[in-house]
Amino acid sequence: MKLLREIGETLRGFVATTGAVALFLVRILGQTPQALARPGLIIDQVHNAGALSLVIIMTCGLFVGGVLGLQGYDLLQRFGSEDALGVAAALALIKELGPVVTALLFAGRAGTALASEIGLMRATDQLTAMEMMAVDPVRRVVAPRFIGGLIAMPLLTMIFIGIGIYGVQVVGVQWLGVDPASFWSQMRSSVDVSDVMEAVVKSCVFGLTCSLIAVYEGYTATPTAEGVGRATTRTVVTSAVLTLILDFMLTAFML
Amino acid sequence: MREEKASAAASVASAARTADVIVEIRDVHYSVGRRVIFSGLNLTIDRGRVTAIMGPSGTGKTTLLRLITGQIRPDSGQVLFDGVDVARLSRRELYALRLRMGMLFQTGALLTDLDVFENVAFPLREHTRLPESLIRNIVLTKLQAVGLRGAARLYPAELSGGMARRVALARAIATDPDVLIYDEPFTGLDPISMGMIVRLVRQMNNALGLTSIVVSHDVEELAALADASYIIAGGKVAASGTFADLKEQQNSEIVHQFINGLPDGPVPFHYPAPDYREQLLAGDA
Repeated sequence: MKLLREIGETLRGFVATTGAVALFLVRILGQTPQALARPGLIIDQVHNAGALSLVIIMTCGLFVGGVLGLQGYDLLQRFGSEDALGVAAALALIKELGPVVTALLFAGRAGTALASEIGLMRATDQLTAMEMMAVDPVRRVVAPRFIGGLIAMPLLTMIFIGIGIYGVQVVGVQWLGVDPASFWSQMRSSVDVSDVMEAVVKSCVFGLTCSLIAVYEGYTATPTAEGVGRATTRTVVTSAVLTLILDFMLTAFML
Repeated sequence: MREEKASAAASVASAARTADVIVEIRDVHYSVGRRVIFSGLNLTIDRGRVTAIMGPSGTGKTTLLRLITGQIRPDSGQVLFDGVDVARLSRRELYALRLRMGMLFQTGALLTDLDVFENVAFPLREHTRLPESLIRNIVLTKLQAVGLRGAARLYPAELSGGMARRVALARAIATDPDVLIYDEPFTGLDPISMGMIVRLVRQMNNALGLTSIVVSHDVEELAALADASYIIAGGKVAASGTFADLKEQQNSEIVHQFINGLPDGPVPFHYPAPDYREQLLAGDA
């Protein structure tokens, strides 16, 4: 009986939170036109969420590509088809690893920064001060950060994929001796626009999800040091879990 | 005939009185969970005066400010700002009303990613389309008024507590509000900074023709500053009037304890606890 009650409570909490996040999204979207009218604020946030994540995205992209090159070569040479390393790695990066790993890195770097920044603004009365100055914090603080994250994610994903393919090329072609002509020509002939579109759609959905969770958690954080810490942790955990669940659903839908 | 005249005179007096009142709290009840904060609170704040709201910690002084500014709504009763019921306003109407209020937070609540100049310019940039040269002049004028024109390019992290509060004051008056609300403006300040803030509150009130509401428990500072005072305790107004009136109204135990700063009284020194001897002998916490 107690277990059933706990399950019921958990489900009720889940539905209530989902509803609150959805309402928050509607509120952000309502303020988006006014936020878009001040592109300077959004460019700042694209810089914060995107440009400041570049180093980690590029480093991880290079090494993920390198590992993909090693593992792909090891697998393909068993079937004597190591020339297909280029296309196999490119499709893996474009369709899966690029969007998913970028989203996970984004949640860890930019998502936590957004949640803790907004949470600390709440804890230090900065958001209340804005409300007292008749300035809606959702318009001035939340919407630009949300839009900035939404724009930054597809750009970061494309950069991750590009660097990842370079990593595969360094390991596969320059190190392990895969024929460069086959590597590039097979990739060019087999990778479709629809594959790239899949990456774009996924990165946009992940961008929306991760940015929304980060700004929501920050905005609703309990205004204490512990509350902000918890909000930051929840941002990473929820973003990561939702990214993987959504990835499965989107892949099943788009295949 | 005589009755009609008397009635007309009474209604004129009432209208004049209403015109002088900028904030009126009518029979407000407010609870947080099971904890009753206000149970029938009534008070008025007169236009153009410095009104002090005092009371022991936890009596709801800051909650009262949040009610006046529409951050929260009362469970029942009315909070009238210039005759308008704040609780009935839409978000848009509330924001329009807040343009007539300036609020100084206990911590200053400056935007940490903007420097002092930009903090003071913030409400101007958000609400007006003034040319940059005019914004610059207004900001420098406001900073000069609080003595911090030279600190225009410092960031909040580089300011002392007193300086941060003076910058927040400059920001609060940037849009020339009718009412300035101070939430615990003296807390944690050294005597020099405290003296500066006391002087500024009075100067702003007189020079700009403002109404000032100061929430604090610093009795001595408020005694020198306030034109009218309220002591809130037990969810209601325990005493009101000038500071001299409050000194005379010490028939209430809580007022007596508060005004004289006594460590024990209706607000006990000890938080409610089980019997001391029994707890020590039982050996548990």
